[in-house]
Amino acid sequence: MAEIQIKNIAKRFGTYQALHNIDLTISDQEFMVLLGASGCGKSTLLRIIAGLETPSEGEVWIGGRRIDHLPPKDRGIAMVFQNYAVFPHLTVFENIGFGLRMQKMPNDEVTRRVERTAELMHIEQLTGRYSGELSGGQRQRVAVARALAMEPDVILMDEPLSNLDALLRLEMRAELKGVLAESNTTAIYVTHDQVEAMSLADRISVMHEGRIVQAATPVEVYRNPAERFVASFIGNPPMNFLPATPVKGGQWSVAGQMMDGPSANKALEFAIRPEDLKIADSGLTAVAKVVEPLGAHLLVTCAVEGHQFRAVLDSDLVVKPGETLTFAPLADRVRWFDPDTQKAVA
Amino acid sequence: MSEATVDAGPDDPRKAGKFVYIAAVVLLCAWVLVPLYFLLINTLSSPEAVNAFPKRFVPEFDLGSLTFFAGFEGMLVALKNSILVAAITMVMSITIGAPAGYALSRFDFKGKGLFRLLILLTRAFPLPLLALPLAVMFIRTGLDDTVFGLALVHTTLAIPFAVLITFSLFSGIPIELEEAAWTLGCTRLTAFTKVVFPLILPGITASAIFAFVISWNEVFAAAVLTIENRTLTAFLLQNLDTSPLHLKFAGGFILVVPALIFIFAVRKYLFAMWGIANR
Ligand SMILES: Nc1ncnc2c1ncn2[C@@H]1O[C@H](COP(=O)(O)OP(=O)(O)OP(=O)(O)O)[C@@H](O)[C@H]1O
Ligand SMILES: [Mg+2]
Repeated sequence: MAEIQIKNIAKRFGTYQALHNIDLTISDQEFMVLLGASGCGKSTLLRIIAGLETPSEGEVWIGGRRIDHLPPKDRGIAMVFQNYAVFPHLTVFENIGFGLRMQKMPNDEVTRRVERTAELMHIEQLTGRYSGELSGGQRQRVAVARALAMEPDVILMDEPLSNLDALLRLEMRAELKGVLAESNTTAIYVTHDQVEAMSLADRISVMHEGRIVQAATPVEVYRNPAERFVASFIGNPPMNFLPATPVKGGQWSVAGQMMDGPSANKALEFAIRPEDLKIADSGLTAVAKVVEPLGAHLLVTCAVEGHQFRAVLDSDLVVKPGETLTFAPLADRVRWFDPDTQKAVA
Repeated sequence: MSEATVDAGPDDPRKAGKFVYIAAVVLLCAWVLVPLYFLLINTLSSPEAVNAFPKRFVPEFDLGSLTFFAGFEGMLVALKNSILVAAITMVMSITIGAPAGYALSRFDFKGKGLFRLLILLTRAFPLPLLALPLAVMFIRTGLDDTVFGLALVHTTLAIPFAVLITFSLFSGIPIELEEAAWTLGCTRLTAFTKVVFPLILPGITASAIFAFVISWNEVFAAAVLTIENRTLTAFLLQNLDTSPLHLKFAGGFILVVPALIFIFAVRKYLFAMWGIANR
């Protein structure tokens, strides 16, 4: 049992506040991904859980035990570092077996576990080498193997696949997901790659400027962003936004077009994903600016009353720049945001 | 005139530059190596040959001078004192200097910059200025004319270097390596012994040897603070006017060679101390 509870954690570096009162519960054996732009505090939060950074405020609990005063070794965690931290004076074998040797595990058991994890990470031919003789991607895999070999209750991974090429990354991603699903490990995984986040996570915590703005399943984060930031961060390309003015009870005027919406009485923002648009006879009028054929789809960047507006269309369509298009948004995919609070409005 | 400029061609300045460069290298090498060579010749020649004129340019490989050196009264004791003082200096400056270097590279504390400056400033006081008060203090505490007392002074001379060298060594080891060790079951201490120590061992050895050489070569404090228990440098200085030429040569040789070999062996780390990146 290794449920992780983060209670009201704040972190200040001098006057700079890196984390603002974070509350998060990660259930036992859950795969939680921390997703956010560079510098938003992902590593800092991970390091606080690992015990490498002391929080300015708040508590960390793992498995019903308060651990924020314990040294890293007594927290039942293993960590994969953003910049590998593979020991240069040890071979790959001894690196992977380092934690096991610290536990005074018998030799044959160490060998068995090291060989198994090395195989998993496709580095079994490299076990005799030193870190200076490895490529960045190979080092990264050693770092992951070293953490996996510990078979910890909690594994913390800070962008563990960032240095692999696209193909290997895809493969290791699936591998990692499989391994962790089989084990009883609770995982926290830091990334700024949203595809990786979507594919791995049971739940995604989207971070922004030291806050967790939404913690939910990948589909929920994608479909129902809790804040405008999430909507503008998740999705490639992200959601389109247009200003909307209330006309009367639940009726909204968006770019001169009448739409059904929430029954609020102030200006809101209308939001729709680029793939949730259909070419129709009536709807939002847009002028195509840039047309990018992406193979499976056609990405068209347009202007709707001067606002940038993107649409992902069927690749069979022929669209020329300058052409005027009319889009009908899928009614159940439309979302509304309050520009003052940035929150979603139902 | 015009022909000359044509002849010179576009690469002539480079040729001239190369010539100057080679000449400078040869000159510098000669500057260092020629005296050493003469030292070698005269050490490995018989006393008669050393005192004769004209000088020889190849050594005789006669151990007469060295035997005389070894047999000279008090010389072996002085040699032993030198080694002893240097060894104690080495141990003390590393046991004090290395933790200070570690603290400087790993911990953030108030006045860190000032502390670094102070370490360098200890080198700003000329030893002659300190010699008299030191001698008085040593006589009061009974440390005068002891191997340990002299080693204390040499340690203060060597510590700044020990701190700076180890500081740069520790800084060269990413903190993540230690952090990784902590998450893998190490305490601060075991992370140090299992990860940091093996990585800095060569550098520590280098800085220890450097401390040894500083003490080995030091003459002023040795001459002022000891009478009976002289080190080799002080002993040779004391007998400078009375001792025969071949003794001076042999003594000089015995002093120079270990220092030279040691410094050569650890040159990489001395560069590191000055922040010169070495590949
Ligand atoms: N030791 C420190 N002292 C001062 N500021 C720090 C320190 N460590 C981190 N910060 C600041 O805290 C913020 C969060 O840093 P953090 O490393 O957690 O970002 P991150 O989300 O992991 O980014 P990336 O994706 O680039 O790794 C950054 O603005 C960083 O400058
Ligand atoms: Mg980071």
